[in-house]
Amino acid sequence: MGDILSNYNVLGAFWVTIQLSVLAAIGSLLIGTVVAIMRVSPVAVLRGLGTAYVNIIRNTPLTLLMVFSVLGLSLLLGLQISEQASTNAYWWAVIMLSVYHAAFVCEALRSGVNTIPAGQAEAARSIGLTFAQSLREVLLPQAFRGAIAPLGSTLIALIKNTTVAALILGATEAAGTLSKITENEGAQLPIFFLFALGFVLLTLPLGVLFTSMSQRLAVKR
Amino acid sequence: MKVRQIGAALAATALALTASACGSSGGAGGGGDTMKVGIKFDQPGLGLKVGSDYKGLDVDVAKYVAKELGKTPEFIQAPSAQRETLLSTGQVTLIFATYSITDKRKESVSFAGPYFIAGQDLLVRADNSDITGPDSLAGKKLCSVTGSTSAQKIKDKVPGVNLQEFGTYSECVAALDAGTIDALTTDNTILAGFAAQEQYKGKLKVVGNTFSEERYGVGLKKGDKALCEQVNAALKKMVDSGEWQKAVDANLGPAGFKPGAGNPPAADACS
Repeated sequence: MGDILSNYNVLGAFWVTIQLSVLAAIGSLLIGTVVAIMRVSPVAVLRGLGTAYVNIIRNTPLTLLMVFSVLGLSLLLGLQISEQASTNAYWWAVIMLSVYHAAFVCEALRSGVNTIPAGQAEAARSIGLTFAQSLREVLLPQAFRGAIAPLGSTLIALIKNTTVAALILGATEAAGTLSKITENEGAQLPIFFLFALGFVLLTLPLGVLFTSMSQRLAVKR
Repeated sequence: MKVRQIGAALAATALALTASACGSSGGAGGGGDTMKVGIKFDQPGLGLKVGSDYKGLDVDVAKYVAKELGKTPEFIQAPSAQRETLLSTGQVTLIFATYSITDKRKESVSFAGPYFIAGQDLLVRADNSDITGPDSLAGKKLCSVTGSTSAQKIKDKVPGVNLQEFGTYSECVAALDAGTIDALTTDNTILAGFAAQEQYKGKLKVVGNTFSEERYGVGLKKGDKALCEQVNAALKKMVDSGEWQKAVDANLGPAGFKPGAGNPPAADACS
């Protein structure tokens, strides 16, 4: 166990996992907010596009998205982010994690919007706010506060889903490093539990934090 | 053209998914007339599941050895990461799955054989002439499997190598065939198996300049010396009778692959 820890960069692997999680969390929050706005907008075409995005992306396995990004988009269509294969795969992993979880962020936010009584949106429009203004001043602030708990679940799922990136990333993040250790040293339960513990340490505090935040930030009605 | 290539990419992805989905249902160790034998299910030329049948060099050697031991083999999937566990928990009796004999693995399992000496090599498109070995890889794009020994070795051998890693070799081969990577690296047997596949026949070639030695052994439970000696006797008989050569030619020959120096190998002493 000790010599494995000194031979392999386990902390570095979890650092890459954290990087992927943070970058993809930001990316998915941005894309997800845009898609959520499309889904609640008064324009039918935008609503349709948003619905199509959520249904297509949410129902596609992440594994398929991952492999397709490098094999299909990057290698066959030439959409290269970097000439260096490992850098290219890293950014594609971030993009695909963002795109995939954006669908879930969108639905979480939409559920947040739905907690707001319809009268508030009508009131906002009737005092002369535009759609953008009523979103910014009335709907989104309450929607985010109402959607804290499902957003937290999505973030936890995202952290665990970074392991799927090992499919294209090689042995840089946690799951890839685990498969490399298994290849060289044979499968060992203690090592497996060590990696599992790493993920528990990453996700459990987040779960506690989001639960308490969802209680403190909930809009009292 | 692009549409077809994307189709191929999707197909390869779907394949990768199904390959990992069909796990083996393990059970107690073999008793009576059947013997549980671990093989790969997804490596053309070595261990490949075709319908309900199995094909490849590993399969042929396994069948021969089982017959010599008076048993009928029952094939069970043995993915690389699970081989030691399958043996130590008794879910399989023998493993023929491109299982290289290493000192590290000898700590948890025992080996009979080797029955084949493979080596890490490069697979390139048939019209490629500027890749001749590990020294001519500067500026080339390579592909291998995440965390595999081959991927680690090429990184040591060629510092700064431009390596794309995928979950399975099928994805690498699809990208190689499409012309977007320049070479795929792993054991020459695995490469020959892919080059011999119907859809790639004549399009890909193995470079034939090995830069490592992988001695494929038969994995068995640690310390089972009696079984090890029985397997070694069966392997020797297979080589002497010419069956070994026939199996190699039938499974790896179609791609013009010739076994490297040291083949057929003599078995190590059992311990």
